[in-house]
Amino acid sequence: MRTTLKVNGRSVDVDVADGMPLLWVLRDELKLTGTKYGCGVASCGACTVHVDGVPLRSCVTYPEDIEGAEVTTIEGLATREGRAVQQAWAELDVVQCGYCQSGQIMSAAGLLAENGRPDPDEIDGYMEGNVCRCATYQRVRAAVARAAEILEDDS
Amino acid sequence: MTLTLSRRTFLETASAAALVVGFSSRGALATTSGDASQFNPFVKIDADGRVTAIVKHFEMGQGTTTGLPTLIAEELGVDLDEVAVEFAPSDAGRYANLLFGGAQGTGGSTSMANSYMQYRQAGAAARQMLLAAAAEEWDADPSALDLSGGMITGAGRSEPIARFVAAAAAMDVPGEPTLKNPQAFTLIGNPRTSRRDTGPKIDGSARFAMDVQLDDQFVAVVKRSPRFGGTVVSMDASAAGDVPGFVNAVVLPTNAGVVVYARDTWAAFQACDAVAVDWDFSAAENRSSEEIRAELLDAVAAPPEFVARKGPGMDGAGALLDGAAQVVEADFFLPWLCHAPMEPLTCTIEPTADGVTLHDGCQFQTGAHQAVAAVLGLPAESISINTLYAGGSFGRRATMTADYIVEAALAFAMTDRTRPIKLVWSREDDLAGGAYRPAFAHRVRVGLDGDGTIVAWDHRIAGKPVFKGTPFEQWIVRNGVDHTSVEGAVDTLYGIPGQFVGLTDLASPITVNWWRSVGHSHTAFVMESMMDMAARAAGRDPVSWRLDHLQGDAADQQRLAGVLRLVAQESGWGQPPEPGRARGVAAHKSFGTYVAQVVEVSRDAKGATRIERVTCAVDCGVAVNPDVVKAQMEGGIGFGIGHVMRNEITFDQGEVVEWNFPDYEPLRISDVGRIDVHIVPSSEPPSGVGEPGVPPAGPALANAIAVDGPRVTMLPMTQNGVRFA
Repeated sequence: MRTTLKVNGRSVDVDVADGMPLLWVLRDELKLTGTKYGCGVASCGACTVHVDGVPLRSCVTYPEDIEGAEVTTIEGLATREGRAVQQAWAELDVVQCGYCQSGQIMSAAGLLAENGRPDPDEIDGYMEGNVCRCATYQRVRAAVARAAEILEDDS
Repeated sequence: MTLTLSRRTFLETASAAALVVGFSSRGALATTSGDASQFNPFVKIDADGRVTAIVKHFEMGQGTTTGLPTLIAEELGVDLDEVAVEFAPSDAGRYANLLFGGAQGTGGSTSMANSYMQYRQAGAAARQMLLAAAAEEWDADPSALDLSGGMITGAGRSEPIARFVAAAAAMDVPGEPTLKNPQAFTLIGNPRTSRRDTGPKIDGSARFAMDVQLDDQFVAVVKRSPRFGGTVVSMDASAAGDVPGFVNAVVLPTNAGVVVYARDTWAAFQACDAVAVDWDFSAAENRSSEEIRAELLDAVAAPPEFVARKGPGMDGAGALLDGAAQVVEADFFLPWLCHAPMEPLTCTIEPTADGVTLHDGCQFQTGAHQAVAAVLGLPAESISINTLYAGGSFGRRATMTADYIVEAALAFAMTDRTRPIKLVWSREDDLAGGAYRPAFAHRVRVGLDGDGTIVAWDHRIAGKPVFKGTPFEQWIVRNGVDHTSVEGAVDTLYGIPGQFVGLTDLASPITVNWWRSVGHSHTAFVMESMMDMAARAAGRDPVSWRLDHLQGDAADQQRLAGVLRLVAQESGWGQPPEPGRARGVAAHKSFGTYVAQVVEVSRDAKGATRIERVTCAVDCGVAVNPDVVKAQMEGGIGFGIGHVMRNEITFDQGEVVEWNFPDYEPLRISDVGRIDVHIVPSSEPPSGVGEPGVPPAGPALANAIAVDGPRVTMLPMTQNGVRFA
């Protein structure tokens, strides 16, 4: 199937098998490997990307359904929220193995775009879909709160 | 365990380094060719003065790419942020784990323990060479010069190290470099040092094995027997032919499965699903998990096969129990568990001019190297390993058989060997793929005298051993006892008179492996649950009662008592918790590190339990990177709590029931509230922190729940009467 996608601000033509999820188009066709495969069934969040600014699980998102939409991966994350999240992640040294962190960061940036001052329960609720087997959750929670602070100081 | 690297060992290592560049080419180091200069196996400094730390351990999140460069930066006198990091090649001669008998690999929480002196000496040697070079040029006394922040200062001058790299690299490597006085440390023990791998892991640029994308590579996925020990009778790949990108399907020479090759990962998954296989299950595990569970629980009720700790006699502690004022007893069951690292297993074999390169988040380089050489019939020197970041491991990436690496090598061997072959496991392959933490049953009977003091401890354990029957058993198995089945019980630090530990092995084709904290992952749950039950039976406070059993002068007992006291203080143990809350405590030593934890839970109106807070105290000797130590405790607590809450691998007539995260539900962010970690200040040699945070977490939770709820001894908790909010 031939289709045109907009990924990280660029228009790209791809020719992929019918039914191939966006995750594998990004990883195997476009070599954008920052978006990770963790479960393939939208259960771990490692593959989270933004489609028109909204976090979606790319392992169950199909190119034909998002034609014309703006896809943003971790490599192209440049929103105000995204930068604040990355800064907070660095300040708090959230990462351990790091494999889930692209997805965590994409989700966190999505949360802050929706809700600039989430309380801890709202953070937990939004980030619930992002699994980290290293259990960096305590720092994820703190870093989202810190990113909200950075955004507030910045505005 | 001794951590002092002998002069001889260091000289051998140093001369091995010289061999790398060759004695005759030492002159080349003295030129400013722009090539990086290898001062020793662990330190490179290029002509611009850029320092690179060669890290011999892989990075699975435990922090080696921060910890080992910290040691070099500290002793060398450069800023940690200025030190680049490179993973070492596979070369056991230079990069052996000093606690692994000459093999290069990571595990057993040994990375810092075995590297501490070696990497400090490596940094100090390079420093000494640079100072000597500067002294020569300035005609000064080297002892009057200082190196810090990458600058050499003294004799009224100050210049960057880059100026002296060429001259220094040509110097002899000092045999016994002078190490810094720990009082002068600015990086080791500094709570503000930050991780060296954060940057690439927050912008998507970190390269994991799953991210390998080589020209012309095929992706290989293996259809394995749905039951352990099953073999291929025949296969039909005709339906796979309809999958775009499908290349071929070939039965493994071991008959253990079918390798499906395709042009991309998605095609390989689809084609693998489409391949039909007829299996022979005659030698397979055909039992269901209920049957195995019953067999294990029966085994701990019968005389044991082996005696791991004789105590009062080969028959157990029965006679002593008969004389006890009261006996506290319980049966335990701890299920099969999967490691489930976030990055499913994968590696790539790439053909090179004279052999192959293995691209892998490689945990055990020497084992992988030998396995690839054996499968491909290649001389070891024609194989190189490109170690990449590993997306978690928890023990899974190192197995006795190098399982997934052998699969990749076989998959490559069955092609014309002209293209890279990237082997990929799906999450479903991971959960059904074995190498599990074996299921264990325990039966414990504890005898107390009239004062509530322990007078007898009869402990029976049954489960499949991890080491027995493997090439590594000679180090671990004694008198039939696989130490990893009983560690944490036979070597308890509590003063327990009359302790008997018996062991019965389970025979099963189900494959097992070390799982973060290995034997301690089950023995600590049992030991610390029993200690709590016994304390309550004696009418005593669980902390002070434990301390009563840690009265000896041995440093071991005192250090465990130390973390217990610290965690009690920091958790507010002396004051009652707020209404509706309960606390549980557990303490355990593993991998040379002492950890105590207090878990505080609440219960809502519907009776659901919530983990509000975990307080942790850790004594790991010198905490090289305190924030990394804290992170490992936080992660270990999450790992330890998650599995006791709700994880188990089960079998229906030999077939694994759990297929993906929806039914092997990992810990999620809302499951655990606040975690506070406190580090005991220490000048003892550093011990590991990757695993020791795990063992106390589960029993501390069970002990908290038992305060005004059920005493859970059968895991997981969600299958045994506990509901979580």
